[in-house]
Amino acid sequence: MATRQIQFREALREAMAEEMRRDDRVFLMGEEVAYYNGAYKVSQGMLEEFGDKRIIDAPISENGFAGLAVGAAMYGLRPIIEFMSWSFSLVAADQLLNNVPKMLYMSGGQWGCPVVFRGNNGAGGQLGSTHSWCVEALYANVPGLKIAIPSNAHDAKGLLKSAIRDDDPVFFLESERMLSDKGEVPEGEYTVPFGRAELRTEGTDCTVVSFGRPVNFCVEAARELEKEGVTVDVLDMRTVRPLDIGAVVRSIKKTGRVVVVDQCWPFASVASEVITQVCERAFDSLDHQPLRVNTDDVPTPYAKTLEAEYLPHKGKIVQAVKAALHRL
Amino acid sequence: MHQTSPAPVQPAPGPAAGENRYHITSSRVGMPGAAEPNGHAAGNGHHAGPRPSDALASPVLVKWLRDMIMIREFENRCAQAYQQAKIGGFCHLYIGQEALAVGTIASVEHDDPIITAYRDHGHALARGMTPRACMAEMFGKATGCAKGKGGSMHMFDRPNWLFGGHGIVGAQTPVGAGLAFAAKYELEVLGRSLAGGAAKKKVALCYLGDGALNQGALHEAMNLAGLWSIPVIYVVENNRYSMGTAIERGTTMAHDLTAKARAYGIEGVQIDGMDVRTIYDRFKPLADRCREQQRPAFVDLLTYRYQGHSMSDPQKYRAKDEVELFRQRDSIALLEQHLLHERRALSEADVDAIVHECKALAQDSVEFAEQSPAPDAQELYSDVYVNIQPDLSPTRAYVHGAKNPLL
Ligand SMILES: Cc1ncc(C[n+]2csc(CCOP(=O)(O)OP(=O)(O)O)c2C)c(N)n1
Ligand SMILES: [Mg+2]
Repeated sequence: MATRQIQFREALREAMAEEMRRDDRVFLMGEEVAYYNGAYKVSQGMLEEFGDKRIIDAPISENGFAGLAVGAAMYGLRPIIEFMSWSFSLVAADQLLNNVPKMLYMSGGQWGCPVVFRGNNGAGGQLGSTHSWCVEALYANVPGLKIAIPSNAHDAKGLLKSAIRDDDPVFFLESERMLSDKGEVPEGEYTVPFGRAELRTEGTDCTVVSFGRPVNFCVEAARELEKEGVTVDVLDMRTVRPLDIGAVVRSIKKTGRVVVVDQCWPFASVASEVITQVCERAFDSLDHQPLRVNTDDVPTPYAKTLEAEYLPHKGKIVQAVKAALHRL
Repeated sequence: MHQTSPAPVQPAPGPAAGENRYHITSSRVGMPGAAEPNGHAAGNGHHAGPRPSDALASPVLVKWLRDMIMIREFENRCAQAYQQAKIGGFCHLYIGQEALAVGTIASVEHDDPIITAYRDHGHALARGMTPRACMAEMFGKATGCAKGKGGSMHMFDRPNWLFGGHGIVGAQTPVGAGLAFAAKYELEVLGRSLAGGAAKKKVALCYLGDGALNQGALHEAMNLAGLWSIPVIYVVENNRYSMGTAIERGTTMAHDLTAKARAYGIEGVQIDGMDVRTIYDRFKPLADRCREQQRPAFVDLLTYRYQGHSMSDPQKYRAKDEVELFRQRDSIALLEQHLLHERRALSEADVDAIVHECKALAQDSVEFAEQSPAPDAQELYSDVYVNIQPDLSPTRAYVHGAKNPLL
């Protein structure tokens, strides 16, 4: 299929617009999505095409409009709710944690809650402690949710289309820092399925598992390691839940070593979960204990230098892989 | 919009010929003044002339009476089963508030969506859920409306457009706005009903307790409803208490709750919630207007719960006299008196037969629940996802469970 280079945000926009053309039950609601063209310009131009009955500016009432989406989805619509940042989803925690994932169970299978909640996740640029949340560890703990976390424009579009079509609620985690990143995206229609990891680099010495933006740090680390003759499998997991643990295990059977790179804090994190599952399923294949690279276990700092250090950056990943290979 | 001074009190009809089943009717009909904090308007909606409900055929009112008696007898059985430890968890009875669910639900169409809080058995029965499915749910049985996964606080009934039973105080209020939003979206965007056929004008009812007035969720929801003219009616079941907190101890403007609605540009009215005819008289035209004009409303419905907040409430916070005062203006008795003596639509024997029938149905629901099977062990892992995929959980695969008994 022919491809072209587009930005991550354009990929998201295309996914939403295509699905809205395909299904009139789909609408987009969030702060500044319509007349402002999106706080981060993801929904630019969508108001013109779809009108204000389907591209809906909401007041700053996350709990209110998240709850409204629950009712609309139960009734039969397919809401897409944009959170300006997932940091702000915390004021909607009751709707997101109680109603969205549990409605199907509590109603004995009568009503599900097919809403896509999407927005920026993780450190932006010096936004400080309140605005830099990585929510995947928090939300992945709750059964009933699916969580997607693309690392590039291609997957952003394909995963978002899958999310909108899914009959279950999906939390879709984007990164402000990637919205302008360009990537190869097919001209035509495609979707990316949930629960299938993608190999970004191939190697034999170590398996590096990651999610979302840090996948790109892992690829940078892999390039650096290659200069020293170390080759690694970088697995882009693409969804946290479902988690393609089979792909991780297959790679570990080849490499015998694993480093999990995750932008959450380390305690009870996504990395903790991956490593637990690795131990449960591939313990005998490990030649070194599993290692994890997380953000530092502190609130997100403001200062540029501190923030850069805080992230699970290339340097930390290179160090971890070397440690796993006893090359330190 | 609302009345601040009590409307003239109507004298009670002549003494009942037969024995009274639920109460002792006092000679005074009106919200008990002595027990009224903040001068709650009472007995409003008593019109001097003919009332809209007078135009209804007697069988309609007889059905209301039956529905109210059914709820009360059902709740009496719940209390019993709870004391016998056959019902677990939290269980909140609707006794005293029956007119509210019956009168408001009678004022809307069957396919108008409704949603409520955890004191939800009355709404479920009034909406048409069978006593069996409701009781079996509380017994945690496979035949319950949620296959035994929801319990007393989470009654869902898709065929009857009841979108739950919600346990977190106030959480249902934005969801209620969403139901109405979707109904309006059918009308304005889809041009068709998602249930099939043409789109039509609907109105959603979202019930909440007076305690939920203090939840932020409601205020966000009312702002959205006012802003976008969403056809949802917030029905406050103002039984004057949230657990042991009397309304004026937890809520500002308790003497005029409609002020809260006005702040969001929403019409607010106060209605006597103990007289089902008054509810219909005032609520039906309001619901019709909201449907027609596709806009929200807020109703402060004055009611009272006779029992404790839940099954474990010694009720130290209120005087026995207060409860007794309200019991003297019992909603079932009021309608019964009307049907017996004003309409002469029923005889004492007819009423006895209705009570007998409802008691039998309540008893039957208990027997049914008792005899029903527990949920299959694999139901633990069903209804978590609709679209089940591999690797959603590290411990076990999710499954598709038994079909819901209501579907
Ligand atoms: C968010 C939340 N806080 C506290 C509770 C515990 N709780 C359950 S019912 C209740 C009182 C609610 O009173 P009201 O809204 O007046 O309803 P009523 O019980 O009178 O029907 C409380 C505090 C809860 N379920 N949810
Ligand atoms: Mg109350």
